[in-house]
Amino acid sequence: MEKGKGVMGAGRRWAVDFTDNSTSPASRDVPDPLGFSRASLDQDDSAVSRQKKDAEANWKSQKAWEVAQAPFKNLMMMGFMMWMSGSTVHLFSIGITFSALWQPLSALQGVGKVFEPYKDNKVELLVPKLLYIALNLGGLALGVWKLNTLGLLPTHASDWVSSLPPAQEVEYSGGGIPLH
Amino acid sequence: MAAIGTRVLSVLLFLSLSNLASSLYEDQVGLMDWHQKYIGKVKHAVFHTQKAGRKRVVVSTEQNVIASLDLRHGDIYWRHVLGADDAIDGIDIALGKYVITLSSGGSILRAWNLPDGQLVWESILKGSSPSKIMLIVPTSFRVDRENLIFAFAGGCLHAVSSIDGEIIWRKDFAAKSLEVQQVIQAPAEETVRVLGYVESSQFHAYEINPRKGDEIKHVNVDFPGGLSADTVLVSDDVLVALDATRSVLLTILFQDGEINFRKTQILSLVDDSHGVVEILPCKLADMFALKTNKFLVLAKVMDGGVVELVEKIKEAAALSDAVSLSESQQAIALARHENQKLHIIVKPVHDWNIDLLKETIKIDNQRGLVHKVFINNYVRTDRSYGFRALIVMEDHSLLLIQQGEIVWCREDGLASVIDVTTSELPVEKDGVSVSKVEQSLFEWLKGHILKLKGTLMLASPEDVAAIQNMRLKSSEKSKMTRDHNGFRKLLIVLTGSGKVFALHTGDGRIVWSLLVQSLRKSEKCDYPTGLRIYPWQVPHHHAMDENPSVLVVGRCGPSDDAPGLLSFIDAYKGEELDSLVPIHSIVQVIPLPFTDSTEQRLHLLVDANQRAHLYPRSPKALTIFHSEISNIYWYSVEADNGIIRGHVSKGSCSHDEDEYCFDPKDLWSVVLPAESEKIVASETHKINEVVHTQAKAIADQDVMYKYISKNLLFLATTAPKGSGEIGSATPEESWLVVYLIDTITGRILHRMTHQGSQAPVHAVFSENWVVYHYFNLRAHRYEMSVVEIYDQSRADNKDVLKLVVGKHNLTSPVSSYSRPEVTAKSQSYFFTHSVKAITVTSTAKGITSKQLLIGTIGDQVLALDKRYLDPRRTVNPTQAEKEEGMIPLTDSLPIIPQSYVTHALKVEGLRGIVTVPAKLESTTLVFTYGVDLFFTRLAPSRTYDSLTEDFSYALLLITIAALIVAIFVTWIWSERKDLQEKWR
Repeated sequence: MEKGKGVMGAGRRWAVDFTDNSTSPASRDVPDPLGFSRASLDQDDSAVSRQKKDAEANWKSQKAWEVAQAPFKNLMMMGFMMWMSGSTVHLFSIGITFSALWQPLSALQGVGKVFEPYKDNKVELLVPKLLYIALNLGGLALGVWKLNTLGLLPTHASDWVSSLPPAQEVEYSGGGIPLH
Repeated sequence: MAAIGTRVLSVLLFLSLSNLASSLYEDQVGLMDWHQKYIGKVKHAVFHTQKAGRKRVVVSTEQNVIASLDLRHGDIYWRHVLGADDAIDGIDIALGKYVITLSSGGSILRAWNLPDGQLVWESILKGSSPSKIMLIVPTSFRVDRENLIFAFAGGCLHAVSSIDGEIIWRKDFAAKSLEVQQVIQAPAEETVRVLGYVESSQFHAYEINPRKGDEIKHVNVDFPGGLSADTVLVSDDVLVALDATRSVLLTILFQDGEINFRKTQILSLVDDSHGVVEILPCKLADMFALKTNKFLVLAKVMDGGVVELVEKIKEAAALSDAVSLSESQQAIALARHENQKLHIIVKPVHDWNIDLLKETIKIDNQRGLVHKVFINNYVRTDRSYGFRALIVMEDHSLLLIQQGEIVWCREDGLASVIDVTTSELPVEKDGVSVSKVEQSLFEWLKGHILKLKGTLMLASPEDVAAIQNMRLKSSEKSKMTRDHNGFRKLLIVLTGSGKVFALHTGDGRIVWSLLVQSLRKSEKCDYPTGLRIYPWQVPHHHAMDENPSVLVVGRCGPSDDAPGLLSFIDAYKGEELDSLVPIHSIVQVIPLPFTDSTEQRLHLLVDANQRAHLYPRSPKALTIFHSEISNIYWYSVEADNGIIRGHVSKGSCSHDEDEYCFDPKDLWSVVLPAESEKIVASETHKINEVVHTQAKAIADQDVMYKYISKNLLFLATTAPKGSGEIGSATPEESWLVVYLIDTITGRILHRMTHQGSQAPVHAVFSENWVVYHYFNLRAHRYEMSVVEIYDQSRADNKDVLKLVVGKHNLTSPVSSYSRPEVTAKSQSYFFTHSVKAITVTSTAKGITSKQLLIGTIGDQVLALDKRYLDPRRTVNPTQAEKEEGMIPLTDSLPIIPQSYVTHALKVEGLRGIVTVPAKLESTTLVFTYGVDLFFTRLAPSRTYDSLTEDFSYALLLITIAALIVAIFVTWIWSERKDLQEKWR
């Protein structure tokens, strides 16, 4: 992501445009040199820029796909870590599980931001975005599954019943062997 | 959420599995526990002050204790608590080095070493029939250079060697149908005289050779008027007796082998002697004391058996035995009350007009009257006689008085605790002065710096001692205000003397004591005894300004139908607020779960006719009761008849116009077959028990619903043959049957028979389980069994979705009439100890796991985790079961030495264990009483909700400060480095 940003100059602060696209000679201070045909140049120039733009769009969509697939690696890594941490509750497994839950969540929050640099009219971002979301959801599911294997999810009756107070009794009785 | 909880708990358990017992470090002893040693009400006392050095008094008490006390401070040199059925009948010192005791109805004679209390010898005396019990230790008797002790018990006279306890001879008088009244050793004649009656009309006197036990002389005289068993020996040859009508005094002279009588009308001594006349069993030389209903009469026997009145004492008074000052001079001490003051007067016997000593002492009113006086004399430096008096008061306290001052005082009433309740302390008030805070802040800092030194192992031995001292004497724990954790409370104990004490849980000191007036002997109430003590008013919401109060329930007399008495006592001031004496009989007290507008708890007192009486007697209470009357039931267990009956109110009493009295209507009864079952024990829930949850999460996250009903009664019966002592029945003819009975409907929920087992049964009931202890005759071992009851009718509530949305009936009120289906699981284990008392820890919310507290035969308290008594234990638990914390099944319950709550101490004569929840959920307060008192704090699952007491706050603060400094320093460094980077 960082690399793409730098190349594309999304964070550009200032720029000087050396190309002069204006066509009317009157507006120019300096007359065109002799034998210089502006029209042909303009034509040629536009073709080049279109080419450039196509390349950029291609590159953008390629990068978007790369970004979208990035969580997959993460997922594998997480899976391995979870397998390593075992199914008993201790500091390590709890840490892993919570990071496994936190990462996809924070990633999902920042979906728009991640794909912002590749925003382009010509680039189709929906599919990479969906893939990205799906993969992160997968990661989340993995985290939840881990949480469940640790027994920390209230999926059983016992989890819901234990907090219930004992039922009140209607009748009250007392007595016993006579006091002595 | 339970699963989460259990998982987290299992982590904690994992941490603590290495040490299941919550043991104590050596330096933690005395931090949160205290132990007080008592001896009980003194019956006999023998001084030992002849030699220079340690002056002591040897006493025997009604709690069957013999003890040697330091005369200077009242401390116990040594003490032995004999068994509950080993009452001490006589005590004396022989040869100047042995303490001789005769106990167990005169059947056991023991000699203890005087300096250290070791048992020197023990002899079993075999008698043939019950009789008076006498122990005679001659002071100057020498028979073949061997001192003999004469013990008369069981109708036989035994002569026992004081060196080794060998029985030299034995003479049976019961065979001659002689009721022996007195045994005298006459030093001058070197004979032993035995005086007695045959059929209360013949007086016999035997003279016996002490060497061989043969009869030297036997004379008898008929006395047609009949004789009563009240006799007292006035001198070696004069006996004073009452005749059968108790109106004539007989002086019996038996000089020179002849017996002469002389009759004196009591009326000639005392003008108005109505009621029963008694002869006091005081050994007053040449004198005797008579007790009539108004006076204490002192009379002297002159030559020829003439009785002469010496003094009539109207006030309450007590007499000591005579002490000999010299060969011819003897003195008697008389203690009498006058205007709230105690006068101690010592007079010589020969001249009653002289006072050898007259002292007036101001005595705390709460000590009541003098019950016993023992005197001892010593020679002062100016050769005059000095006296010290040991006084036993009405509240069983023991005082030593010397030179007009109370030298020391022992609160031995606390050895006979009957019942215990607790009260919260007052809330801390604002307005603590600044200087006090500063001082305490300084102290606090100093203390913490010392502690820090200890933690960092920098402390010198003096510092270590100071730290330990600081921990032990922390003023925090003995404050008179409520604390955040609920550790500080008042233990209000009712004692056998009718005195109520309030003890502070922090250090065990007596905050106040009150001799309850209505529990003292009066015209309205002859033999008052305290039965129970209950919290009466616990103000918290509406009546915050009022002091809490307690209710003392007593009875005037030993039988069930004796009139009852009630006394209400302010728990902060220790004053009797109100009393009701006498009222209807009281056989049961049922605290109801309702309070009136002043936070007074409603109580139902059931009388011998099963009528229920409502207290407090106020219209408001009546309104509350009437609105709930249809749901209030009571039951009675008639142990002798084997019947359990359930009652409900039929309406106001028909026989009298008392709207607070309710007639019973019999609802149900369970009649046990008398020929095969006899009730030996019954147990119910503690009324203040809090249950946190109705579900029990078991392995694989499954859930079982506990059957939590407070209306359950555990009942144990044995075969009539098996109700005796262990070994009196064979395994085939003895069995133990246990019942769980619903006390609303009389329905038997569970019944189980243990073949070949027998009483004694001790049981404890909590939540949905009951644990009981009994003897297994087949295995020759004690066993403990657990029964857990589960509610089958709720077992279907397992749909998570329904539970999530709240579509269940688990919290709706239940009625016993719905007859829920229950299942019971049970298991038995061997247990090594025999048990004196058994109870369970109780915590504020009931979340903390439970421990059983077992008072063992060795007078210690053992904490046993309830998980050992889990009926689901199997030999090979699955992984899930292991995770749940299940312990693999073993045939016997482990006794882990570290889990003794009383650590190295003994609570002699242990009778009861009381647990009180603290505010802190993990912690419970345990009070154990017997002859001794012991208090401690327990955390069955460790203190998971608070830092330990010795947590070093100073270390924490220093660490935090150091970290903050480090953060700032590194921040400055990094800033500087950044700047340098940028300039480069």
